[in-house]
Amino acid sequence: MTGHWIILPVVLPAFVAGLMVTAMRNDLLLKRVTGVTSILLLNALALALLWSASTHGPQVYFLGDWPAPFGIVLVLDRLSAMMVLLLAALALAVVLYAIGSGWDAKGAHFHPLLQFLLMGIGGAFLTGDAFNLFVFFEILLIASYGLMIHGGGSARARAGLQYVAFNLIGSSLFLFALALTYSVTGTLNIADLAAKLPDLPQGDAAMLRVTAVLLILVFAIKGALVPLQFWLPGTYANAPGVVAAMFAVMTKVGAYATLRFGAMVFPPDLPATGTLISDLILPAGLVTLVIGAIGVLGASTLPRLVAFGGIASMGTAFIAIGAFTPATTAAALYYILHSTLATAAMFLVADLVIRRRAHARLTETAPPIAQAGLISALYMAAAIAMAGMPPLSGFLGKLLILDAFRAQAPLVWSVILLSSFLMILGFARAGSTLFWKPSAMEAAPDDRAPEGLAFTGTFGLLAGLVALTLLAGPVTGWLGATSESLYAPQGYIAAARLGQGG
Amino acid sequence: MTLALIAALPFLGALLPGLMIRAGRDACAALTGSVTLLALCLLALQAPTVLAGGIVQTRIDWLPALGLNATFFLDGLGLLFAGLILGIGLLIILYARFYLAKSDPMGQFYSYLMLFQGAMVGIVLSDNILLLLIFWELTSLSSFLLIGYWKHLPEGRQGARMALAVTGGGGLAMIAGMLILGNIAGSYDLTVILTQKEAIQASPWYLPALILILLGAFTKSAQFPFHFWLPHAMAAPTPVSAYLHSATMVKAGLFLMARLWPVLAGTPEWFWIVSTAGLVTMVMAAKIAFFKDDLKALLAFSTVSHLGLITMLLGFGTRAAATVAVFHIINHATFKAALFMTAGIVDHEAHTRDIKRLGGLRTLMPITFGIALLASLSMAGIPPLNGFLSKELMLEEAAHTTWITPWAMGVLATIAALFSVAYSFRFLAHGFLGPVRDDYPHTPHDPGPGLWGAPAFLVVLVVVIGLFPMASAAWLVNAAASAVTGETVAVKITHWHGLQAVALWMSVAAVGGGLMMLGAFGPLRAIWDATPRPEAKRIFDGIIEPLAALARSLTYALHNSSLSRAIAVAVLAIAGAGLWAFTGGGHVPGTRALMPVEPLVAVVWAVMLAAALAVPFLHRVRVVALVFVGVVGLLLVPFFVLMSAPDLALTQLSVEVVTILLMLLALNFLPKTTPEESPAPRRLFDAGVAGIAGAGIGWLAWEMLTRQAAFPPISHFHLAQSKPGAGGTNVVNTILVDFRGYDTFGEIIVLGIAALAIYALSENLLRSPAVTRRLAETRPEREAGDRHPMMLVVSTRLLLPMAMMVGVYIYLRGHNMPGGGFVAGLVFAIAYLMQYMASGYVWSHSRQRFDHHVLIGWGVLIATLSGAGAWAFGLPFLTSGFEYVHLWPLEEFELATAAIFDLGVFLCVLGAVLLALASLSRLAQRTGEVVNTRAYDTEAPQETR
Repeated sequence: MTGHWIILPVVLPAFVAGLMVTAMRNDLLLKRVTGVTSILLLNALALALLWSASTHGPQVYFLGDWPAPFGIVLVLDRLSAMMVLLLAALALAVVLYAIGSGWDAKGAHFHPLLQFLLMGIGGAFLTGDAFNLFVFFEILLIASYGLMIHGGGSARARAGLQYVAFNLIGSSLFLFALALTYSVTGTLNIADLAAKLPDLPQGDAAMLRVTAVLLILVFAIKGALVPLQFWLPGTYANAPGVVAAMFAVMTKVGAYATLRFGAMVFPPDLPATGTLISDLILPAGLVTLVIGAIGVLGASTLPRLVAFGGIASMGTAFIAIGAFTPATTAAALYYILHSTLATAAMFLVADLVIRRRAHARLTETAPPIAQAGLISALYMAAAIAMAGMPPLSGFLGKLLILDAFRAQAPLVWSVILLSSFLMILGFARAGSTLFWKPSAMEAAPDDRAPEGLAFTGTFGLLAGLVALTLLAGPVTGWLGATSESLYAPQGYIAAARLGQGG
Repeated sequence: MTLALIAALPFLGALLPGLMIRAGRDACAALTGSVTLLALCLLALQAPTVLAGGIVQTRIDWLPALGLNATFFLDGLGLLFAGLILGIGLLIILYARFYLAKSDPMGQFYSYLMLFQGAMVGIVLSDNILLLLIFWELTSLSSFLLIGYWKHLPEGRQGARMALAVTGGGGLAMIAGMLILGNIAGSYDLTVILTQKEAIQASPWYLPALILILLGAFTKSAQFPFHFWLPHAMAAPTPVSAYLHSATMVKAGLFLMARLWPVLAGTPEWFWIVSTAGLVTMVMAAKIAFFKDDLKALLAFSTVSHLGLITMLLGFGTRAAATVAVFHIINHATFKAALFMTAGIVDHEAHTRDIKRLGGLRTLMPITFGIALLASLSMAGIPPLNGFLSKELMLEEAAHTTWITPWAMGVLATIAALFSVAYSFRFLAHGFLGPVRDDYPHTPHDPGPGLWGAPAFLVVLVVVIGLFPMASAAWLVNAAASAVTGETVAVKITHWHGLQAVALWMSVAAVGGGLMMLGAFGPLRAIWDATPRPEAKRIFDGIIEPLAALARSLTYALHNSSLSRAIAVAVLAIAGAGLWAFTGGGHVPGTRALMPVEPLVAVVWAVMLAAALAVPFLHRVRVVALVFVGVVGLLLVPFFVLMSAPDLALTQLSVEVVTILLMLLALNFLPKTTPEESPAPRRLFDAGVAGIAGAGIGWLAWEMLTRQAAFPPISHFHLAQSKPGAGGTNVVNTILVDFRGYDTFGEIIVLGIAALAIYALSENLLRSPAVTRRLAETRPEREAGDRHPMMLVVSTRLLLPMAMMVGVYIYLRGHNMPGGGFVAGLVFAIAYLMQYMASGYVWSHSRQRFDHHVLIGWGVLIATLSGAGAWAFGLPFLTSGFEYVHLWPLEEFELATAAIFDLGVFLCVLGAVLLALASLSRLAQRTGEVVNTRAYDTEAPQETR
């Protein structure tokens, strides 16, 4: 059994962050060593949890030893374990890059904020309680805000304000949605909701539908679903590259929560809500993809280009999520794994470029950057991944989604394929300006220290994509079972031992 | 496994040149070549099986859930193409070794070339159409790199992007087509699909699938109207042109049409689309080729024309035509690759490819001329060379095919052949014949055998196949054509079909006409130059550039970084979605009895409403707006009291005070008023949006307060268990620190993080010279005589210990009465805040002896450790224990582990507020605020800073 391990992905980073703030404030090396150690431990934990969830099925952790649904529970199932592992793996690449590039030295508190962010995201993945999800959304929001403005600068501060202001609207909306959830159902436990909602009286259907829509819109804000995506381009483009890479998993929190609630709490066969969520998410996902792809073609700076690539990937993910069938969900999960790593890799590559280039604009040339050969190869690989070209996992993910959407082929296929076309154009144009087009300006001498760890982090993410490609068979097999379990939540509900645990 | 290895070898080989170039160019080329040679040998080992009519298969499971597997199979068609790709690849590697200049990064070139070779071999060996798609798009990507290889050339960059856009885009269409095809056939395995002809052609999805797949094939093989990218791809180094754009990649589309011929061909749709596209391409490109001055451009359009020829033959849908197509694929690869290499040699030696600056090379470059002569005669279809053989067969097929009228096809094919003769002879006559000139950019002479070896070898093949077709090529044609048509083909190739053969006369007409055209080149050229014609690049750019510009303006118009617009859109979207959701389900209004409205409550409510409404009207004066915000917040307190929630009232009160005080302190750094930013209509609109948001929330609150939950709410359990289970009579506190202590654990961390973020933000500000300059400028001028009024100072000093006492009391009683660590922390914080208000930032700050980070850190650590302490007893995180203790002289009291947790809460809250304060103080120091010598001085001493 897993025992207390389930809570460790939350407690470990919280404790480490507390330790950093208390005792390591003034020593960067100490914070670096501690931070990397903590993240390595988190990876080991995540692997153990994944193994445990795969072999023993869903497991519950009763906080304060109170029985569900009265206290708060954590529920470890295949999906939450997978997301925690994704988080931990991404964090490892990000922290290595941050150390290698020296980003972590450009402001106060990078490492504790990163640990708090890990705590927040990990807690959001593991919780089995809707209100507790709100709490962890707050943690990840405020920690991400701290990281977003890391390094300073007025453009960053302005974008940071927009980020936090817009997301606070999301937080308020979340509170309303939760209050509504409680006033309609009298419970906040996810398993309890999943168990009780099928018996909801007819007269409460309308209010439940409002509840469901508000909750999903909260997640849509996190996931940058059109028309709630306006915060993303400015935030990601102005955040330090390494932080933007970490943010690749934050949008996935929105996707995860949408999936958790859309598949388990408000499944398509729930009489009150029916296809409500699907009707909302699927068209919005299509528009999001188009807007993202247009942005990739139209972006005038490299960070914005990557940010729009991120929006496009969320669009694709939401399309796949929006159908709410086991097959499409399995494809969505594969795509989420892929796009998190790909978006993060692209942000790191963009940061490698921008820190060496005279400016970040794509409309003008600049002198060739140092290490252009290696970095252009990394750009090519990351761009291939983001545009969903072969041979990397993006193509497989796209094929899985296309194949799963046979029934709606004309619309969904055209949108996905045409968007891919726009993105290929956008990435090719940008790459040719960045790496090929000669400039009249003289190249500045490069006196930067070798950034071994930064390249290690970037290569690590690309290696993850390669692994995801080569192991696509076993991975999709595992994801298929994961997806099935979401639509048959009896195991999850049984694990929560409603009314008798603790 | 052999097939997978053959496909994988070039990819592995792609890794080597980048390294081996360090050992020198020869070592690099030799190693690259030997990898290709190894693959070729492995292929040759499979040949006997295939030629005996068998097929070789390899199967590796990859993504079975999708039906995408790494399955390979080798039949006659695959053998032909794989042989061409690897064989010509080997020659190209040799040629490129001597062609590339010293300054060109050769390792990179070979890496790209091998990537391409691997992708190409992958296409022709794939037994799975999804796998084929992967290799297909890989050829687009690797050719993008190869075309752009000379990155300093704008033509290279543009050509590369154009090729990627067209072929990559076609590939995307093909994805859809292949998925449909696989769906109809029930499998993505070619070997299965090829047996499903009836099912596929009967399906209503046949036509969409056909069109989408042909889009992929036509773009790749440069068929009209997608032919325009190929000439622009000629910006690539000549070895690339010879390899990708004549012998291999552009034949991928032909390969695909041949591969799927058994299931797609034979329908009227196939005939009309494919043969028409091929015919148009063949005639049009042949005509353009005749007028091109650049040797490579001439060859490029001639390639397009020959690709059209093969496409047309495949389009006929007959076995005989398909066989001729296969034969011409072989012949075209031999003579065209040789011609490209020849053009490359001329360019290399004379430093120009412009036909107008050439001529007379015959005597200067005899070897090159020999190669060019044989190859271009073959291209013209002059007997006995191999080009003649397949051209005759093609004309024969065309003559017997009805397209619109029985004779149109034959006539048009003859015209194309005529042009073909004309441009072939022009290549020879204007390039090599004529007098020797004295104005070449560089005096040409024959290069070493390294450069002419490869084309010479190909020309030998041209001659051998031409002379002995049955012995040298028929076996391969038979094997490949059998694979294409699915029937056993035994081809008979002869030079002489008798006088009655119509092809003979068509050929004669073509040669005669072609020679006449060359003779009349001058006047014809004048007419050509005078005719307006669409320029493909301009049209392409005319589509792509506005598309990119449109994308740019659309993107920036949508995402203009306007926060108010983003919020307006969000509010309207949320409200709209909520309303839409509400209307779709049954609704029974709440049944709770309403409480009577007391007059006092009504008054408080009205004041609150008025204060709230005042904010938008008065918000330009910041401090006034803040006061009204504070009024709204404080008036919420009596409502909590009224609803029997003293705990919430206490918390609300202290939170409100702390927030307002902090904001007042922060206001010091801002201008007193805000400018008017938006016009009146906009403000009206914003008011409407805000009204919608407020109305929606009000309605939701009404619905929540008036209804009973559908199921028994969990709060019953909390009420029942507060004392027996959690050991406290204050259920709000037991919920906070026990039932839902985990939420509190999270929320205090939110506070802590917020303070850390504020600290980091102020650090950033202080490090920015621009900001500190602005801060120094905004130093507030004195307004009141009393900087630090004595009354205020004295009273806050007196209040400090009392407030702390109250804080401790509130903390201790929390478990059973309203209070707790959260409120206690706020009370402490208010006590400190008042010192800052009374005596100034700097005076107060200089009396802080410890870093507030430590408070936050310890708060988090204590909360975490108190939660983890339960592990020692085998209980989950945050499980609390309590015990009643009787200690003389005190009365019995309770000791609860929750109190330790609450201490963490207390520290976190206090630390967060103090750290925020400290951050403000540091800013204040930068504005030049001085340290007052006495706590309540009225005049700022000017000397000390």
